[in-house]
Amino acid sequence: MSFDVPDDLRYRESHEWIDPETGRVGISEFAQDELGDVVFVELPGEGDAVDAGGEFGVVESIKAVSDLYAPVSGEVVGVNEALFDAPELVNDDPFGDGWMLELEFDEGDLDDLLSADEYADQIA
Amino acid sequence: MTLRNPPLREAHAERDAKFTEFGGWDMPVEFDSIRAEHAAVREAAGVFDVSHMGEIEVAGPDATALLNRLTTNDVTTLDPGDAQYAAITREDGVMLDDTVVYRLPDEERPSDGANGGAVDAGGDDAGEREGPEAVPAYLFIPNAGHDAEMHERWVDHRDEWGLDCEVRNVTEDWAMFAVQGPDAPDLVASAVDDGGPDVRDLSRFSATFAPFGGAECWVARTGYTGEDGFEVLCPWSAAEAVWALFADEATPCGLGARDTLRIEQGFLLSGQDFNPEDEPRTPYEADIGFAVDLDTEFVGRDALAAQAEAGVEETFVGIELLDRGVPRHGYDVTNEDGHVVGAVTSGTMSPSLDKPIALGYLPVDLTDPGTEVSVVVRGREKRAKVVSVPFE
Repeated sequence: MSFDVPDDLRYRESHEWIDPETGRVGISEFAQDELGDVVFVELPGEGDAVDAGGEFGVVESIKAVSDLYAPVSGEVVGVNEALFDAPELVNDDPFGDGWMLELEFDEGDLDDLLSADEYADQIA
Repeated sequence: MTLRNPPLREAHAERDAKFTEFGGWDMPVEFDSIRAEHAAVREAAGVFDVSHMGEIEVAGPDATALLNRLTTNDVTTLDPGDAQYAAITREDGVMLDDTVVYRLPDEERPSDGANGGAVDAGGDDAGEREGPEAVPAYLFIPNAGHDAEMHERWVDHRDEWGLDCEVRNVTEDWAMFAVQGPDAPDLVASAVDDGGPDVRDLSRFSATFAPFGGAECWVARTGYTGEDGFEVLCPWSAAEAVWALFADEATPCGLGARDTLRIEQGFLLSGQDFNPEDEPRTPYEADIGFAVDLDTEFVGRDALAAQAEAGVEETFVGIELLDRGVPRHGYDVTNEDGHVVGAVTSGTMSPSLDKPIALGYLPVDLTDPGTEVSVVVRGREKRAKVVSVPFE
């Protein structure tokens, strides 16, 4: 099975993505497929700080619990509260409506992340 | 550890199933979506490959006596084609396993004592018999990975008690499929070969042989989802043909959906909701006292009679989370004072009810429906209440 890996995003080995333009963060299509039906998402609040590589929340599917790791350090300036009532958006549209956070971050942190090609190789 | 493969391991892989280790077997956990598979069983029909379940055949003049000594229910009430749920307990009443016992059609045996190596009952009239005799035969279904242990237990007790019967571990002779859901009766009936019986006539907990795809199969109106349906045992060599009969019409389902379906019903999972090492429980504590007949002399009977007299201190209950979160196996349950009073043995987000539900053991004074408790989810107490099962 092949998975979508949008070119304009950067990725963490642990399957989170960040959009360098908007600061939005989510998990990859591959990750949501591995998890299966997502039933619960726990996220920080606006104004909270996250550290690159640190846990920022939890995503639970029917069969598994997974920690979420911040791709970069920054401040949470937006939270996708729609996921609290409709966690299945993570499955349905992981790069779109299934986004999780918006971060204000230092662009230099992006250098430590994978490009789309590198991430595609990792999950191949 | 090398995992045991069901006969259709590769066929499932070609359908892009995801796999999990279960009881030493490499089994499909999910074909597409646990939620969709769960819904198919509740609303239409799903088919599960449950070939990891064990099968032990017991046949011979003393087969009934052996089963009655090793299972908690009364096997003497079974006629050929009947099925019975039972627990298998050790001397102290703790459950080693739970099982379904099927009484098969009687077997024809030579009456000269040539009984395949079983202990000779020592009767001195063997030479007087003529022609074959009919002896009772049973098939029972240990849980995944328990077949060798149960086979050994049956053989050891047979020998210790000098009983005359054969005990055969036929786990890898039989594939097993569960076809479950409101559409299952018509679906399974239409899959029977021409000239075979109408399986819709089977009542709950009864079974018969029927031909599917040219193979003689044992089909029982049993299952573990709370829905109407059947379990079909077919020869390992015919598994692909028989599976295709069902999988073309019903939704292929993995063990993930089987788990959410049985949790919604409050059904026990061997090894998780009870096991002799980490969660030693008696049938009364596990709320399956209906499967215990104290009028029979089984291993563990005296301990259970004493417990029936004294009452249990803890029992198996349903718990519904009122706060957001998902209860999982091993999470603590606390009382209003914040003291740990139990633990979740099984939990999930119920796909049918769309709420978090759990099973576990609590002190009897906390088991009335509506009792407020908490489940500790990643260090945080989440409000919950005791509810009766099946969950609603």
